[in-house]
Amino acid sequence: MRIRTVAALTGALALSLVSGCAQGAGTGASANTVTYWLWDANQLPAYQACAKGFEKQNPGLKVKLTQLGWDDYWTKLTAGFIAGTQPDVFTDHIQKFGQFADLKVLEPLDDLGIKDADYQPGLAANWMGQDGHRYGAPKDWDTVALFYNRKMANDAGLTAGQLNDLAWNPKDGGTFEKAIAHLTIDNKGRRGDEPGFDKNNVKVYGLATNGGGDGDGQTQWSTFTASAGWSYTDKKRWGTDYQYDSDTFQSVIKWYFGLAKKGYLAPFTDYNSQSNQANTQVAAGKAAAAFDGAWMVSSYDGFKGLDIATAVTPVGPTGKRATMMNGLADSVTKNAHNKQGAKKWVTYLASNECQKTVGSYGIVFPATPDGTKAAVAAYKKKGIDVSAFTEPVADKKNFTTFSYPITNYAADVYALMHPAMQDVYGNGKPVSSLDETNDQINLILDQ
Amino acid sequence: MTIASSSPPSRLPVGSVEGARTKPRTKRAGAGENRGDGRLAAVFIAPALLGFVVFLLWPTLRGIYLSFTRYNLLTPAEWVGLDNYTRMVQDPIFWDSLTVTVEYVIINIGVQTVSALAIAVLLQRLTQSALLRGIVLTPYLMSNVVAGIVWLWILDTQLGIGNEIIAAVGADRIPFLADETWAIPTIALINVWRHVGYTALLLFAGLQAIPGDMYEAARVDGASEWRMFWRITMPLLRPVLAVVLIMTVIGSFQVFDTVAVTTGGGPANATNVLQFYIYGAAFGRFQFGYASAMSVALLVVLSAITVIQYRLTRAGQSDLG
Repeated sequence: MRIRTVAALTGALALSLVSGCAQGAGTGASANTVTYWLWDANQLPAYQACAKGFEKQNPGLKVKLTQLGWDDYWTKLTAGFIAGTQPDVFTDHIQKFGQFADLKVLEPLDDLGIKDADYQPGLAANWMGQDGHRYGAPKDWDTVALFYNRKMANDAGLTAGQLNDLAWNPKDGGTFEKAIAHLTIDNKGRRGDEPGFDKNNVKVYGLATNGGGDGDGQTQWSTFTASAGWSYTDKKRWGTDYQYDSDTFQSVIKWYFGLAKKGYLAPFTDYNSQSNQANTQVAAGKAAAAFDGAWMVSSYDGFKGLDIATAVTPVGPTGKRATMMNGLADSVTKNAHNKQGAKKWVTYLASNECQKTVGSYGIVFPATPDGTKAAVAAYKKKGIDVSAFTEPVADKKNFTTFSYPITNYAADVYALMHPAMQDVYGNGKPVSSLDETNDQINLILDQ
Repeated sequence: MTIASSSPPSRLPVGSVEGARTKPRTKRAGAGENRGDGRLAAVFIAPALLGFVVFLLWPTLRGIYLSFTRYNLLTPAEWVGLDNYTRMVQDPIFWDSLTVTVEYVIINIGVQTVSALAIAVLLQRLTQSALLRGIVLTPYLMSNVVAGIVWLWILDTQLGIGNEIIAAVGADRIPFLADETWAIPTIALINVWRHVGYTALLLFAGLQAIPGDMYEAARVDGASEWRMFWRITMPLLRPVLAVVLIMTVIGSFQVFDTVAVTTGGGPANATNVLQFYIYGAAFGRFQFGYASAMSVALLVVLSAITVIQYRLTRAGQSDLG
């Protein structure tokens, strides 16, 4: 009798555990709920406003927003794909697109009627898979520019006009290197271009470090490699041959990391992806300037007691300035619990109406031209000049914009390039060592 | 728990081996007399057995199977024979990460065991204060991730308070976690800091089992503390020390969280320990087949080390008697 009771209790407990799991799998999904994930906490209020507009237009449908930090976001999304607890719609990054396409976890969005012409150039086209189907609806975009500490620049006698008119080359670094050297100060107060400068005891670096830059160098070296005429792969999208073995690429990398050897760029050892990114170095007064993305505008603006301004990227050997233009998108998951609702929500997210709402919060540049205009106006209201980020998109004569590399096996490329670039930057390994890494990458792509 | 059962009651005139042998025999006899108890026992064992099969045995077997496949978790596994193992043997990063892991284990276990032993002996010979024992254990109450992040901030080359102090006394800043040569020792010592108290308490428990009259007798004979340590403490603590070593070595080989939050395997793979490499292959690159093959290799390495350690240290036998 007693044994039976125990057995029954154990069974009941086991059952309740199992059914508990099953309930957890739903994560609040139902026929009238659409689940949506994003990683940027700053953008949450803007999308909450969009969700309200959407719910008004679609009575009976509710949007459930979840915000997770960048690292947790991808881990949880991956786990969600495996366990079937993925959201219906999520904010997608081009870096992950190739892998998700490989894994076939995205729903084609061809029937949403997304037109290239409705968005800033290139944004819609990037989300076409190799199979000719669309997997993302353009959401927003960002570019990279030079953030600098205005007081430090003034003390160095550098005007905004001068900082917006810099040029560089891989031989002597041009006026860009001169400016960075002049912004650098050692612990005895000597500037980087003055006699007796002690490169081993630098108090303020001219340029902050954002690490080795992995395979894309978005906020590190990409502005230089692109304005020298180099591209990541043989084709604009879905290339099959990476070009890290090119002489142009390697000469630029050698010059760029060489700035650290001269004491102008903060050394690799000062960088930590958790505790000390470029913006922290600027905030702490350890660096005078940093290349960083438009998504960081509010962060730099919020540094207490610091007056931060922005300048466009320098002119390169091609005679043009270059900046990476990266666009996010909204994607629907293949096993979405509410696919119809999800597609409706993505259509709304990609609409001018929602993008103008998001733009009015002044935290990000939405993908539609009207959305972008709304954002520029909102930034202006806050007293922030964002022209260093918008000019490259408007002025095709003087600027080149380029995208993140879009290829298969992006995770493998990262796994190989991440340590390889650290080796060059941190351990002084010759740039020619990238030949071998490039061979390994192309071997994987040839599979 | 393991410690308590492996150190026999001190007053037994015979060696623990015989003591251990006699005990189960009486138990088994008891079980035979009453079949009802056997059934009840089965019911009580069932949940643990279920847990063992579901969470340990089945995953292990499935992991071994997956190591012979190409598998990305979302599409069916495809049998590839020994391909993953061939790749592993030819993968320089795998061997590199194994070397890095061994380097970590040697520093981590070496420093931790010596310090823990010193703390345990001091706790036993100098004081009986429960407060001190509590303080020694404090770092262990913190999660590995939190400990890692706190140390990351303290040791940051540019902004960390540790490096501010180093710079203030006029020395060069040390890139503890950002330099090839410093990174592994630093991570090893962060984990020593966190685990040494716990290890010391395990050893302290072992020391409690050594009869006090042995020390009294030795003192009467005029032995010094140093001599008593080597002649009484060490030999009698050996079985406990051996079990603690086996447990900590296994744990040490599986280091992951501290690496994940402090260096992310860098700089340039200098701290790419095996568990981290396996995790990256599986959850970063979706190569679950290859990751399983490396996990099987780790299982084999750990089993071999455990058997060797067990034999060398005669962990199952006591010298007390």
